Amino acid sequence: MRIRARHIALGLVLMLVPVGIALAQPLSGIVRPTTEPPRPSLHLGAELFAGNCASCHGIAGAGITSPRPGAGEVLGAGPSLHGVGAQAADFYLRLGLMPLTSPQDEPTRERVLFSDKEIRSLVQYVASLGSGPGVPRPNARSGSLPDGLRLFTEHCAGCHQIAGRGGFVTGARVPPLQGLTATEIAEAVRVGPYLMPQFTPKQISKADLNSLVRYVLSTNHPDNHGGWGIGNLGPIPEGIVVWWIAGPLLIGICVLLGRRMRS
Amino acid sequence: MRKLWRWLVALITLFVGKLMHRASEQEDEPERIVPAGRPERRAETAVLILLAIAVAWAIGFVVTYAEFGPKDIPNALLGICLGMSLAFIAAALTVVAKRLVVTEEREDEYPEEHPQEQSEVAQIVHESGSRFTRKRLLIGASAATAAAFGAAAITPAASLGPFWDTAALDRTAWRRGRRLVDEDNRPFKAGDVETETFYTAFPEGADKEEIGSPVVLLRLAPSTIHLPAGRADWAPHGILAYSKICTHAGCAIALYRKPTFPAVEPKPALVCPCHYSTFDPATGASVTYGPAGRPLPQLPLMIDSEGHLRAAGNFSQRVGPSWWNVRESPT
Amino acid sequence: MERQGIADVSDSLDPVRFIDERTASAPLIKKGLRYLFPDHWSFLLGEVALYCFIVLVATGVYLALFFDPSTAHTVYHGSYRPLDGREMSAAYKSVLDISLYYKTGLLIRQTHHWAADVFVVAIVLHLMRVFFTGAFRKPRELTWLLGLLLLFTTFLEGYLGYSMVDDLLSGMGLAIGYGVGLSLPIIGGPMTQFIFAGPFPGGQALWSRMYIAHVFLIPILLAVLIGGHLALVALRHHTQFKESRRHTNKRLIGVPLFPGQTPRSLALMFGVFAVLFLLGGLIQVNPIWQWGPYHTYDATNGAQPDWYLGWLIGALRLMPSFDVTIGHFTLVPNPFWGGAAFPLFVLAVLAVYPWAERRLTGDRTMHNLADRPRDAPNRTAFGVAFLSWVFLIFAFGAADRILVLWNIGYQTQLTVFRIGIWVIPLILFFLTRRICHDLSAAERVEAIQHEAEEEAEREHQPAPVGGA
Repeated sequence: MRIRARHIALGLVLMLVPVGIALAQPLSGIVRPTTEPPRPSLHLGAELFAGNCASCHGIAGAGITSPRPGAGEVLGAGPSLHGVGAQAADFYLRLGLMPLTSPQDEPTRERVLFSDKEIRSLVQYVASLGSGPGVPRPNARSGSLPDGLRLFTEHCAGCHQIAGRGGFVTGARVPPLQGLTATEIAEAVRVGPYLMPQFTPKQISKADLNSLVRYVLSTNHPDNHGGWGIGNLGPIPEGIVVWWIAGPLLIGICVLLGRRMRS
Repeated sequence: MRKLWRWLVALITLFVGKLMHRASEQEDEPERIVPAGRPERRAETAVLILLAIAVAWAIGFVVTYAEFGPKDIPNALLGICLGMSLAFIAAALTVVAKRLVVTEEREDEYPEEHPQEQSEVAQIVHESGSRFTRKRLLIGASAATAAAFGAAAITPAASLGPFWDTAALDRTAWRRGRRLVDEDNRPFKAGDVETETFYTAFPEGADKEEIGSPVVLLRLAPSTIHLPAGRADWAPHGILAYSKICTHAGCAIALYRKPTFPAVEPKPALVCPCHYSTFDPATGASVTYGPAGRPLPQLPLMIDSEGHLRAAGNFSQRVGPSWWNVRESPT
Repeated sequence: MERQGIADVSDSLDPVRFIDERTASAPLIKKGLRYLFPDHWSFLLGEVALYCFIVLVATGVYLALFFDPSTAHTVYHGSYRPLDGREMSAAYKSVLDISLYYKTGLLIRQTHHWAADVFVVAIVLHLMRVFFTGAFRKPRELTWLLGLLLLFTTFLEGYLGYSMVDDLLSGMGLAIGYGVGLSLPIIGGPMTQFIFAGPFPGGQALWSRMYIAHVFLIPILLAVLIGGHLALVALRHHTQFKESRRHTNKRLIGVPLFPGQTPRSLALMFGVFAVLFLLGGLIQVNPIWQWGPYHTYDATNGAQPDWYLGWLIGALRLMPSFDVTIGHFTLVPNPFWGGAAFPLFVLAVLAVYPWAERRLTGDRTMHNLADRPRDAPNRTAFGVAFLSWVFLIFAFGAADRILVLWNIGYQTQLTVFRIGIWVIPLILFFLTRRICHDLSAAERVEAIQHEAEEEAEREHQPAPVGGA
């Protein structure tokens, strides 16, 4: 019997199934109280915090500066949350940046592990730890697009690339900025997660922030007047197009018109 | 008008007549050079159809241009019209090449060497010089003349730029006492500079585009700063200023890496987005990663009585990408 | 009598006669029409490059009518909202207007840019064909050299076109060029000051220079080089593959220029035009309006030059951090290695290769027959290794995007590439040589088998003896 490509493919798929199952499991399980109240509450927030956040952020968010073993085998370390306010908690939790598997990891936008109700509870709880900024409510429509591009060029393009396509800063991957809500963008500017600087209202005023948010939102649908935007990155995709689209097309025309070797 | 028309008819008649005349003469034509082949009426029809389609696309292009205004004209439609017209012309020509034109394979000789002509050329050159007696001297004189005139001929080009002069590379607008301003010319106050972020500052009243002008301004906790010897008072209240132009290849240092939780995250750093040279602002912008070969030049700062930031002198080193001899201190 | 009259009139209408009477060129024309082209698809790649050049000239002339090579400050108030009210150079504004205001401007501009990108692709493919078939050997070394010169002049031409626009990416590219220029030992400082008419970013004088060089001096140089390249090809004829006993080093077999080759070349030309204009219409290239104007103090992450200079970016990023110094004196700044020494080394290797191969193989004869890659295992292996070395350095130029896309650490990539660029070419060298030898050996076995079969068949046939 001949082994067909189909069989090989099937074999490969079967081999990958256990890997898939393993990956589908949450890396660190969320600890939940046995019965959750039907509505968000400070109490639920405190419980969730104690179960899922305290091993890094310390009891009552006091912070742990020198790593020490926390829940599970995780070596916990994390900044104090006193005074960070609802803004930071909302930002990290809504985007699924927290909780981290290990405090050394770069927070990345993965799946959100908490439900909306749980997030509200946690945000309430973190906000109660010390007076801090609330969740910003930017009004992108009142912002100016030209100002936004100018501010973005000055403050953001160095890391996030001029069209918000992400990039690299020594030691970290800079995320692309598409698919974010206005609130999330504004929070990121004010919070300055991970290795990002933090921009206070003194440096970027509320009006400027509206403009900035408006520009970042506009990168979801950049003005691709010239056709297929190929990622709005410039030369790298362009090189791929000439080698993998134009090149084969032209070689094809040559083969059509010329003769192949007689053997 | 009518006269023109008559001329045209006459010319066409003549031309057709000429063709008929040729055709009738065919019997006594010499042997063919291009081999004969069967007529291919279907291929001809295909060519005609393809050309007609090409014409339609070309007209489409003109119509598209005329129909739309500058704001809403679809670039894709223009490109498709022109591109398809060209593609169908190419297709028509392909049919001509493959089906209508006789395919002949002929032989020819590759060109050989010409020993006879080679020696004759040499002979001509040699004999032409037979009346010269002081050949070497003349050749020397010609060479000298060519060199001298050549030098004279390219001399005007020296006006193009500073000739063998790099003095301009050392110039910056920074002087002791010059205030630091932002992009909108507002002066920086020491109290404005916050720790978690970075700023771009320029010398007041100077051209911002000069590579000696822009500096990155940031503030670190004074306890974390370890500047090279002799710079003890360059960073009042932990406020530091470094040239914003990378010492590697001249891009702007537009990245400030600022850890949120310094205990486990990488240290603060200034990074160039072109080749990712990385500098440590706490230690005089020494290179910690990437290809740059020397630190960013540091600008000494002071705070005046009104709390404004001012330069306390020029940079610690020459600004911009490195070049031969660059490590000397500024002049 | 009447017949005679018609003949007279019509003869004066005969264009061939008209031309020959005035130029005495009928024999030359006849020879030209029957000039033979050996027929193989890979011999058409050079033509593709030629047709790209034609598109570049045609679209370039159109763009030059709208482009304003001026650094004068203007304020933009055009249709592109995000730049409304921004201060910018007249040069950048004129390209914005070409792209977004004049109706066919964007199509022509994009086609121009794609044509430049494809031009280099075609030259590189053509160069690879010539290299791997040994078509650069005597008597065609000069053609090879002119081709190389053409390629490197094209890099400069493309770089200037990219830099003149004065958008954020082009300004950063210019800054890097300035940095590389400065890094040249001894002459770097004075030379860049001379070329830029002072320190970066230059100013009006530099723009006038880049413009005249991009639209006049270098295109003329390219045209002259192309002319010389083609003249040399025509004088010596193309190489051909040894496809039969009739193909020899002395005898050329091919299709005449007219009628056989002409419609094919024209079809190829229009095919190239079609591809370029379709690209220009359908795929966006360098959307300069999205980048915004350049200032020396602004930068965007992962700035890149056009693809054909990507190998230099890769080399600049791969280079470990050091300046060659004595005490406080810098002798060789870092960008010199990746930005100047590396491309010059590649050029030098390619330029001396025909002579090096002659020296190493001792083969000094004329070659009109092209090798198949397997026929010259050492050359093929060297070519693959050398190309892969350049390609790997080139590929590292995209490490930052690889990180964003697939989250492979930059430092990991750096380490892998720093080792890989030396190890992989070495492996490929031996692997390629092995494959070439095996292919040739397989062919020999096949030939022997074929011969044996023929012999066997002959033996089976009834002996002709005694038949008569």
